[in-house]
Amino acid sequence: MEKIKMEKIVVENLYKIFGPNPEVALKMLKKGHSKDEIMEKTRHGVGVADASFKVNPGEILVVMGLSGSGKSTLVRCINRLINPTSGRVLVDGEDVTRLNNKELRHFRQKHFGMVFQNFALFPHRTVLRNVEYGLEVQGISLDARRKAAMQAVEQVGLKGWEDSIPDQLSGGMQQRVGLARALALDADIMLMDEAFSALDPLIRRDMQDELLDLQEKMQKTIVFISHDLDEAIKLGDRIILMKDGVIVQQGTAEEILTNPADEYVASFVEDVDMTKVLTAESVMKKSEIMAYLKTDGPRAALRKMQKAGISSIFVREKGKCVGIVTAKNCRKAADRGEKTLHAILEKTIHKVTPDVPANTLFSMLGDENQHPVAVVDENDHLLGVIVVGLLMSRLAETMQPEINGSASANV
Amino acid sequence: MMQFPETIDIPLDVWVDAAMDWVLITFSGFFDLLGQIILYFMIYIEKFFVWLPWPVLVIGVGLFAWRVTGRWWSGLLMGAMLFFIGALGLWKLGMMTLSLVVASVLISLIIGIPLGIAMASSDRFEAVLKPILDGMQTMPSFVYLIPALMLFGLGKVPALFATIIYAVPPVIRLTNVGIREVSPSVIEAAHAFGSSYWQILFKAQLPLARPTIMVGINQTTMMALAMVVISSMIGAKGLGLEVLLAINRIEVGRGFEAGLCIVFMAIVIDRITFALATKKKQ
Repeated sequence: MEKIKMEKIVVENLYKIFGPNPEVALKMLKKGHSKDEIMEKTRHGVGVADASFKVNPGEILVVMGLSGSGKSTLVRCINRLINPTSGRVLVDGEDVTRLNNKELRHFRQKHFGMVFQNFALFPHRTVLRNVEYGLEVQGISLDARRKAAMQAVEQVGLKGWEDSIPDQLSGGMQQRVGLARALALDADIMLMDEAFSALDPLIRRDMQDELLDLQEKMQKTIVFISHDLDEAIKLGDRIILMKDGVIVQQGTAEEILTNPADEYVASFVEDVDMTKVLTAESVMKKSEIMAYLKTDGPRAALRKMQKAGISSIFVREKGKCVGIVTAKNCRKAADRGEKTLHAILEKTIHKVTPDVPANTLFSMLGDENQHPVAVVDENDHLLGVIVVGLLMSRLAETMQPEINGSASANV
Repeated sequence: MMQFPETIDIPLDVWVDAAMDWVLITFSGFFDLLGQIILYFMIYIEKFFVWLPWPVLVIGVGLFAWRVTGRWWSGLLMGAMLFFIGALGLWKLGMMTLSLVVASVLISLIIGIPLGIAMASSDRFEAVLKPILDGMQTMPSFVYLIPALMLFGLGKVPALFATIIYAVPPVIRLTNVGIREVSPSVIEAAHAFGSSYWQILFKAQLPLARPTIMVGINQTTMMALAMVVISSMIGAKGLGLEVLLAINRIEVGRGFEAGLCIVFMAIVIDRITFALATKKKQ
């Protein structure tokens, strides 16, 4: 069945060179000169070089790469917001690069909805009038376009906000308006240029989920630009990876994760071990309370622990952190009538500086009865403490996206 | 000291005179016709302002100023200033000046806004027009009086002509700047949805450039008022003529009265157009 369907978008040998005389640079590029060489000799920038790919109907294709990799340029060549230097772009079999201005306008109206990274809403128009813009330029009657716009506004969950102006909305809501503006058109292709990159992580995740929900109903062909691997894995049926204007690999998320084409892709895909990235400081619980060996007795130490809500306390002597006492031992010592902490002081403790990687902490917190690890500065002042439970929960929090990522990759 | 050699003498004045003579002879019919049309238009405007009952204007301007500035005392002050012009016995002259300002601003906008739009859509046109505008603004305003006088004779029409040349640059310039300042991403979005040139102009560029264009209109109006006073030298009746007469006869009091009226009129026009320019942002 799949093979009978025609591809929605076909891009063939697409080049984009920026500069006054791209033909010269194009020749050099085809002879195998590098991007930097061409820049140096001809002052021409290579945006995209020899890109070929296909997008199937109803598919989400994610174009991924770092900034400057040419992914935005590539996608803008599809609806000719940027005119390609050479190559073909076929949409439903029709060559977009051959259209004249008027045909191009109609083509854009009919086929393309676009969502932008910085939203690019019309600041002088209300939400509803932003959403109806695409229909307005098509000359559709007021009633019909209001109705369609209202529907799109409801689809993205902005009902009740249609008379606000964009400045009054949060970033997430503004991008919903941007999404609605593209949806209202009922175009069959959506181009999404880093659509969610400017949003907070939490809102970004919501928007991704919503896009997937919408996509299940609408079955549009979506070309989505992203620089975020997690996003690409989550959204993309297929992923294209770009570097320096060249497509370095294309395939499903799993293909790319399990079989990276080169080091560049590998570096992108490489599982980041979060315990190496996290430091003691980022997983510690802030605490500066200590007991003083010289002045504090068991009762004073107990009182300090009670106040701070902790079950053991580090002890300080002559400007140094010398050990730890537990609440249990303090009570026993107090019952025995002892006046100092000397007898119950446990001297084997782990001290670390704040920049120690979190993975080294596991061995220190090995068995369950182990005392917390003290995080101290260069003067042995206590900055915070690390306990097992806290360490685990902090790690779990930070690794969440990673876990999601590898889970969907293994499906 | 070294004298500049007298042998080097570019006869630019002779050339300009010759060009002017040529224009006068070749296009005299055209300028006569143009002058008649403009005169007809101006007489209507002047008739309207002179006919307008003074309380209507005083109260109307007061209320309007109140509305656009949002301060009742501002409206009251504007009304009081206009009332003061009448109280000095200069109402009719003031209205003549006002009608000349209104006529020249209207024509300046009709010329200036399209030129500004053209300037914004073509870098080459901008490069050509910019130095011309600079020249128009730096040239001493009196200089415009001479060709205006030669083309249209004495009276309102040459005054209007000179005023337009002096006052039109700001609205051209700021229309250009306003349109060019519109965020490129908004324009890109408009293109992405298949908008035509005119749709982008009217649905995105002009509405977004509006505050800047309004500042241009404000400046044009103020310059027109300044020039209208000077153009009394070639026969424009009004407050300017009153000042001119006072200078010739060395009548300090009379000159002061007329001068004060011009100041009040300037304040009223400036505040109202300025408030209109900035209103949208609130």
